[in-house]
Amino acid sequence: MMNISLVAVALLAPMVGALVLIFLPKEERNLIRWTAATAMGVALALSLIAYFTYDFSKGGFQFAMSIPWVKELGISLALGVDGLSLPMLLLTNLIGFSAVFASWNVEKRPKEFFILLLLLIAGVMGTFAALDLFIFFLFYEIVVIPIYIMVIIWGSSKRVTKEYAGMKLTIYLLIGSAFLLVGLVALYLTAYPAGQRTFLMSALAAAHFSESFQIYCFALLAFGFGSLLSMFPFHSWSPDGYAGAPTAVSMIHAGVLKKIGGYGLLRIGILTLPLGAKFWAPVIALLAVGNVAYAGFIALAQKDLKYVVGYSSVSHMGYVLIGMAAMNVIGVNGAVANMFAHGVMSALFFAMIGCVYEKTHTRWIPDLGGLGHQMPRVATGMLLAGMAGLGLPGLVSFVPEFTIFIGSFKTYPVLAILAIAGVVITALYTLRVLANVLFGPRRGEFDTCTDIKGAEMVPLAVLGTVLVLAGMFPWYLMDMVNAGVQPIVDTVTAKIQMITAFGGGVK
Amino acid sequence: MNFNLLTSEIAAAVVGFALLALSLILGKNCRRGIVGYATVAGLLILLGITFGQYGVNAAGFYGTWMLDDYAVFMKQVFIVAALLVVLTGMDFVNGLADNRNEFYVLLVFALFGMMGMASASDLITLYVCLETMTISFYVLVAYQLTSGKSSEAGLKYLILGALSSAVILYGMSLIYGVTGTTVIAKMQAVGTPNAALLMGAVMLIAGFGFKIAAVPFHMWSPDIYEGAPTPITAFLAVASKAAAFAALIRLLFGGLPLAISYWLPILATIAGITMVIGNLVAIPQTSIKRMLAYSSIAQAGYMLVGLMAADTAGVNGILFYSMIYAFANVGAFAVVIAVEKAAGSDDISEFGGLWKRAPLLGSVMTICLLSLAGIPPMAGFVGKLLLFSSIMDKGIYWPAYVGFVMSMISVYYYLKVALVIWRDEPKDPQPLAISALTRFAVITALIVTVALGIYPTMLNDLSMAASRALFKI
Repeated sequence: MMNISLVAVALLAPMVGALVLIFLPKEERNLIRWTAATAMGVALALSLIAYFTYDFSKGGFQFAMSIPWVKELGISLALGVDGLSLPMLLLTNLIGFSAVFASWNVEKRPKEFFILLLLLIAGVMGTFAALDLFIFFLFYEIVVIPIYIMVIIWGSSKRVTKEYAGMKLTIYLLIGSAFLLVGLVALYLTAYPAGQRTFLMSALAAAHFSESFQIYCFALLAFGFGSLLSMFPFHSWSPDGYAGAPTAVSMIHAGVLKKIGGYGLLRIGILTLPLGAKFWAPVIALLAVGNVAYAGFIALAQKDLKYVVGYSSVSHMGYVLIGMAAMNVIGVNGAVANMFAHGVMSALFFAMIGCVYEKTHTRWIPDLGGLGHQMPRVATGMLLAGMAGLGLPGLVSFVPEFTIFIGSFKTYPVLAILAIAGVVITALYTLRVLANVLFGPRRGEFDTCTDIKGAEMVPLAVLGTVLVLAGMFPWYLMDMVNAGVQPIVDTVTAKIQMITAFGGGVK
Repeated sequence: MNFNLLTSEIAAAVVGFALLALSLILGKNCRRGIVGYATVAGLLILLGITFGQYGVNAAGFYGTWMLDDYAVFMKQVFIVAALLVVLTGMDFVNGLADNRNEFYVLLVFALFGMMGMASASDLITLYVCLETMTISFYVLVAYQLTSGKSSEAGLKYLILGALSSAVILYGMSLIYGVTGTTVIAKMQAVGTPNAALLMGAVMLIAGFGFKIAAVPFHMWSPDIYEGAPTPITAFLAVASKAAAFAALIRLLFGGLPLAISYWLPILATIAGITMVIGNLVAIPQTSIKRMLAYSSIAQAGYMLVGLMAADTAGVNGILFYSMIYAFANVGAFAVVIAVEKAAGSDDISEFGGLWKRAPLLGSVMTICLLSLAGIPPMAGFVGKLLLFSSIMDKGIYWPAYVGFVMSMISVYYYLKVALVIWRDEPKDPQPLAISALTRFAVITALIVTVALGIYPTMLNDLSMAASRALFKI
């Protein structure tokens, strides 16, 4: 009996879409983009259904399925979602759907573009839906190559060439994943003796690991996932990569792909290796402050729009990291919710920058100005994203950031105060950019630029709505996140207490 | 005397001689391709026969011959490689001015030698089979008589190959002198290993290290890979390497397991430097054939890691990897053959605009290279996971670090080819025509490489059974 879950169908939608695209003639640009939009529409609808029909009273993993895959190695095709992965899954589809429309005007080789885009989205979605470590890693690395090809073909060479940006992005992430892979394999081999081995995340989380192994292995995972999350000082791929990438890739990369790092750190790192996490948490918190402050200051000095948002996204990941490092329910809740919030906001920001660049052919802040006159809709979108970025109450990121500060203050008062101070830097660079680009006197050279309309409006409509709604009704997000985080943190706390209660804990 | 154990070798010899006879009967000016098709048919029959040999697991001829699942699996690797090479190389052969049919005959005789190497469990048998393979290759490497590079490669291969054969023979005679037997399984009877035996083992490792192109015995391979006709390069890189692995594994684990504490550190050192040097030197190459030569050196390094584990899991990794390596590497070489034929050069820049001229070839090249790099969901990833987890299971982590980090570095030079394929506009916008056979071969390579990466169960079961048979458990 095979029971195909809703999530599996959502995962298949973009893959089927990509397959259909292969057989479409490459001249049919309109048909191609509508096919891609339909595939993503189906996936988005299904993930919305999953999100709003999730049964809180039952909790745990729902819409689950499991098919034995490689018995000899204990690999199974296990999919399912809980309160932690559902927001991420929804986020992926929101951004994926918007990204299709943000690329509506791609004229160069549209067929290849949309095939790769759909593969990329499917890969990200699969990572969040996988309950098996092997399948998780498989999906995670599927995304690397489409991104590389998309950057080198459709990217832009401004400050760095697109070839450099693409290669830097790829090699950084792959080197990180090499260490990650060693950590994951070590986890797999150490958990159970030969014959009973399994890649199932739940089984690995139940296994016992010695403290020294946990510390060693967590370091590997933290390096791998951390460099994906652009943890300071392994973040330098991120601004260059985003700047070189086409709009859709920047949206997906900054919006969701990065979040795989935070998701994996929590789901695999902290849950499976609590002692290792406890050992390294202060270091991570310290680096997180580095993210917030260092990247924030650099964002201040940037003159290219994409670099500002690139560094700002590095800076925001600092909040996520410090929330996780707090290792209490409030902090982790805030961290996960902030991943969602930052995803929506950065994707919207990149989409709007894409529009500006498409119309004005420049991203150079000193050359821009007064765009609010000619492009009021773009200005609205950018303003929304910017305000969400600096944590304006009523928009999506206020509640998560506030939660993070409460959670982390308990554990690291000094570091938390430093991180909170970072909000000032955020406000400074965001307001400066918005003021320089959108406001000021009307400039004649941009009079020919038309505002976005029709399909171009979709990213603004979708992401903007979520930005406002999730800000006004935060419990829809926070309840879901809490349903996923609470059991994880409880397990971790119980494990740590049990071991310390038995005096140091040998095993 | 159980001659059933020789069925597949007899069949291979019959196919070889039948092809020879056929080409004599048809004469020099027969329609091009007939002998090629006959070769494909013969190889398919051979492949069918080997499937019937699983589960036999018997020794014969006074212990000099061993037909276990391990040997059968390896034979299938060689036959699959030969099939793919013939399918993709037929265009090349049809384009030769003369001596077209003998190409296939020699190829089948080389295959015959390899199949013998997989089953040989006696030093003399092993050596004879090794020479059958190598001598066929001497001719094949120098096959393009009009090309200076090919003749040069042939001469180099002859001299260096003879040297390595001499080293192997010297090692064998030392081992025979100490143990008093040439049958591999009986060597274990000798108690503690002494200096002469170890010297012999070192010579064998050096000699076979030459065949698998492990650093520091790799110097020959870039020159010869570059000069040899491209289909032969593919065959040399895949099948000859796998055959040397097949023989080395049986010798070391079957004959010299007691000396393991001596030969293992040597292999570990070789594996480490092979992975590093192969990958680093591949980066600056501008000729695709030389790049693939260094990449295949690196691949040999990964496979040596499986030897270090010295258990079923490690051997399973090697077997699994050899099979998927055959598909991925021959797939990549098939594209090289097609592009080289159209452009007349093996420079990487010739791949520019392949996405427009031949999207299928561009995709195959990208997928096959990514499989060689070990990026999921391609089969190469599963292979590397098997190899490196086998050694990590022993508590030894450094090969895994070196291997994984080096494979990520290898992505750099593989992606440089992908970059040229997908980004550039073609110099010559004419679509690149490929024959139906090549198309069939590359599509097979593509499907197998992706399918085995996503669902490796069937091949893994087969290779696991084969490696259990080697250790008799």
